Amino acid sequence: MKLFEIAHSRAGDKGDIVNLSLIPYEEKDYDKLCRSVTAAAVKNHLKDIVNGEVVRYELPNIKALNFVCYQSLLGGVTTSLAMDTHGKTLSSALLEMEIH
Amino acid sequence: MLRIGTGAGFSGDRIEPAEVLLQNANLDYLVLECLAERTIALAQQRKLHDENKGYDPLLEKRLRRLLPLLLEKNVRLITNMGAANPVAAAKKTLDIARELNLSCKVAAVTGDDVLEQIDRNDISLETNCSVSDYGLFISANAYLGVEAIIPALETEANIIITGRVADPSLFLAPQIHHFGWSVDDYNNLGQGIITGHLLECSSQVSGGYFADACRKEVPDLVNIGFPYAEIGADGRSVISKVEGTGGLIDVRTVKEQLLYEVHDPANYMTPDVIADFSTVQLQEVGKNQVEVSNGSGKERPEMLKVSIGYHAGFLGEGEISYAGTNALARAEIAEEIVRKRLFAEFPDLRTDFIGLSSVHRTHFNGTTPYEVRLRAAGYHQSEEIAALVGEEVEALYLNGPAAGGGVRKKVTESIGVLSTLINREQVTSKVYVDGYTNNEERSSIN
Repeated sequence: MKLFEIAHSRAGDKGDIVNLSLIPYEEKDYDKLCRSVTAAAVKNHLKDIVNGEVVRYELPNIKALNFVCYQSLLGGVTTSLAMDTHGKTLSSALLEMEIH
Repeated sequence: MLRIGTGAGFSGDRIEPAEVLLQNANLDYLVLECLAERTIALAQQRKLHDENKGYDPLLEKRLRRLLPLLLEKNVRLITNMGAANPVAAAKKTLDIARELNLSCKVAAVTGDDVLEQIDRNDISLETNCSVSDYGLFISANAYLGVEAIIPALETEANIIITGRVADPSLFLAPQIHHFGWSVDDYNNLGQGIITGHLLECSSQVSGGYFADACRKEVPDLVNIGFPYAEIGADGRSVISKVEGTGGLIDVRTVKEQLLYEVHDPANYMTPDVIADFSTVQLQEVGKNQVEVSNGSGKERPEMLKVSIGYHAGFLGEGEISYAGTNALARAEIAEEIVRKRLFAEFPDLRTDFIGLSSVHRTHFNGTTPYEVRLRAAGYHQSEEIAALVGEEVEALYLNGPAAGGGVRKKVTESIGVLSTLINREQVTSKVYVDGYTNNEERSSIN
């Protein structure tokens, strides 16, 4: 299934780094996300977008994950040639990921 | 209990939600956060042209509407609309008060401008290169914290105007001022920053930037209400909005905003405390009410972050559309022409197929769109050469593939932003206070 079906996400930017939260609609799905949506899996899914590493932070207190993706915005908001300079739409790219 | 509302979460935010908060939320403080990374460099340029300018261009429009309500309801305003010139912003505010014949005291917080103090050998936090590798500096501003804002709160000012301060510190300062938390009460400071972080982007916590078809329905987005927090002496806060406004506050909206622009959630750096989000507890305590508690923190970092704005040349862009059968194939022919024509000046020219792959530079399914829009973009230090990008796209009208239409072209001056660190001792903040007394009060004094 697509992540879109069980989780929601918001993107934020700082310089050339984008962070993507990943929040299950049902808290019971948090463990499943922890198992399937590893940093390596996200890096592979976003390989055409994220040039640097992906670091995952776990927040069991609110049942959410946070992915910090380095070198993702073609240099950052202020000098990027991209359409979406902030990478605000990248949350939608994450939610396209298929998990098993 | 202390009640703080957010009346703006970015420079272009709506104005009437702030009026709704002032009318209905029984606030102690209203905060307007209007200063993005690049905004201050643009403001600095306006100040160079005119020493009485350099504050937020919408300050006058916002304050003309909000000032009468703020004073009538006895709500103090804290805002970073001072941008590059908080003192000029304070003077403008008093001009408006005088015109509206409203008694008003204004405080301006200065000291964030560190352009003179920047060491050009400093290292950019983004790239680890020396900051001197970049273009001519326009502005350099340290992110001040509550230490700079609290002295202004200790005056009788109704309106407190700052330049660059850390966004959540705009919200932490009134909490410390009200509750008397000490500087080493890290858990209260951390919790207070978390409440501020949740509020600083206005409706992004109350149903804005959240809605999606079917799964994430948000009522009445047209009339979305901005948030306010009711905060207890232990920092515990309840995020809510005015009854009858649109939008939605639940644990989902709060979780999305909690992690917005956050890297390591256990180490969220601010000038006042390193906040820890990994201990936070969220609970829905009523309709459109979420309680936020148990945030924590550690001692503040030694250095302050500085944001530097520099000249980054000119961005030239051009766009043209193709439709129907072979739309993408014709856009690809056009792309090849533009790329080859511009290669000498723009070896790194960026091209996008809007409608197919422009936002993610890739796509996750194989459908061919009915219409495609080619976009070309390139940077150049020369404005004239940057303009060639749009001119070459426009030339496709006669010289490109069949049936291209709807050309748009533009050139934008580009300001880059870098970050570095500065020692706290190199930064000195000051408070400027001034006031206006209206005619009736003045005559009664006489």
